[in-house]
Amino acid sequence: MLSAEGLTHAFGPVRALDGISFRLEAGHTLAVFGPNGAGKTTLLRVLAGQLRPQRGRAEVRGGRAAIGWISHQSFLYGHLTVIENLRFWASLYGVKREARDRRAAELLTRLGLAERADQPVAALSRGLAQRATVARALMHDPAVLLLDEPFTGLDLAAAAELRRLLGELVGGGRVAVIATHNVDEGLELATDIAFQHRGRFVQLAPRAGRDRTQVADAYRKAVGVSGA
Amino acid sequence: MLERLKLAWVVARKDLLLEFRTRTAILSAVVFTALVLTVFNFGRDPTAVPTIDLAPSILWVTFTFAAMLALNRAFALELENHALEGLLVSPLSRTSLYWGKLIANLLFVTIVEAVGLPLFVLFFDVPVWHVLLPLVGVIALATVGFVAVGTLFSAMVIRTRFAELMLPVLVLPFLILPVAWAVQVTARLLAGRPLAEVAWWLRLLGAYDIVFVTLSTLLFPHTVDE
Repeated sequence: MLSAEGLTHAFGPVRALDGISFRLEAGHTLAVFGPNGAGKTTLLRVLAGQLRPQRGRAEVRGGRAAIGWISHQSFLYGHLTVIENLRFWASLYGVKREARDRRAAELLTRLGLAERADQPVAALSRGLAQRATVARALMHDPAVLLLDEPFTGLDLAAAAELRRLLGELVGGGRVAVIATHNVDEGLELATDIAFQHRGRFVQLAPRAGRDRTQVADAYRKAVGVSGA
Repeated sequence: MLERLKLAWVVARKDLLLEFRTRTAILSAVVFTALVLTVFNFGRDPTAVPTIDLAPSILWVTFTFAAMLALNRAFALELENHALEGLLVSPLSRTSLYWGKLIANLLFVTIVEAVGLPLFVLFFDVPVWHVLLPLVGVIALATVGFVAVGTLFSAMVIRTRFAELMLPVLVLPFLILPVAWAVQVTARLLAGRPLAEVAWWLRLLGAYDIVFVTLSTLLFPHTVDE
């Protein structure tokens, strides 16, 4: 469903990706943990098709239409309301009007934004804007979710709801890649775990029942940092 | 084809809605048009050069620079929250994106021209009623060409520093021909010359539109892809 083969990309002398390969089948979530500057965002940009790798290839079944991407940027227009933004982005993904309105109502309710639907995005707090970003990325019911620090700015309740929502989506046969520097955030959903450091996957393995402490220890050993 | 046009309209409608909400570019362009025409009106000496000789050039210089203001905003809208990145990773084709921007820009510039033309008539007291239809035709033909080129360059410069300065510098050389032809046609129409006399320039403007809309559509993906 999602595969990467030998992805390599450098920004000047800095290797952001260095021969990354993996394959994800339906129902799997790969959590990519790594410190700042490890190349996690570059990996997601390549998978999303935003950046062409200098070497290697990434393949997503269903192409660009199958991807739901939550990046560091919201892609939302501040002067449009939340609902106008959702309708616009869903239209680009070919979602029909009826399905679009139904999906928007469902997501806004689940993400606690129903009462903010007619507010301009510019008037939302950072946390609420992040919820709108999540809704924007899920409007077309994507088969592949690329999530770059998706919990940033969310309060505990919204983060828990997002975890539940993502869990349901992945359980329904989708795949997800979550990139984060925070082991606590990504672990709950992960079926597979990768530690990325200086552009390389220094470890890639199924989670296989490992708990938070075991993963955090393995992360520290692999990456050589504290504070996981 | 129909699907691409539908998506182009989705993009254009979004741009129009954003402009309707903010009214920044359109208001600036309309005020700019009014100010330039006012300055030319009070700055000229009608006894030195007859108005009818000067008016066509003033009209087209005003329209060209007012259009720059509108063109500058086309892709600047997409810088907010990096929306352009979202558009480029979505299934939206580059052609639909370009056409969407082109449609929105054409509507903006048309609004500016719709305000500018009556002001031009008012200030310069030129007789346009008997040639209104052909005059609107030449304005439409010239506008399509220079907005097509301007939209392409607007995408090209948007990620550069000083994009607002770069755009006129890059676009104006491409506008010399259509604006010169439009001035020639306008001058002859206002002088009451027969339509047959301007047919050649109208054909040139039509050919310019076809060539540059096609070229810009083909080149656009190379300007936005990393």
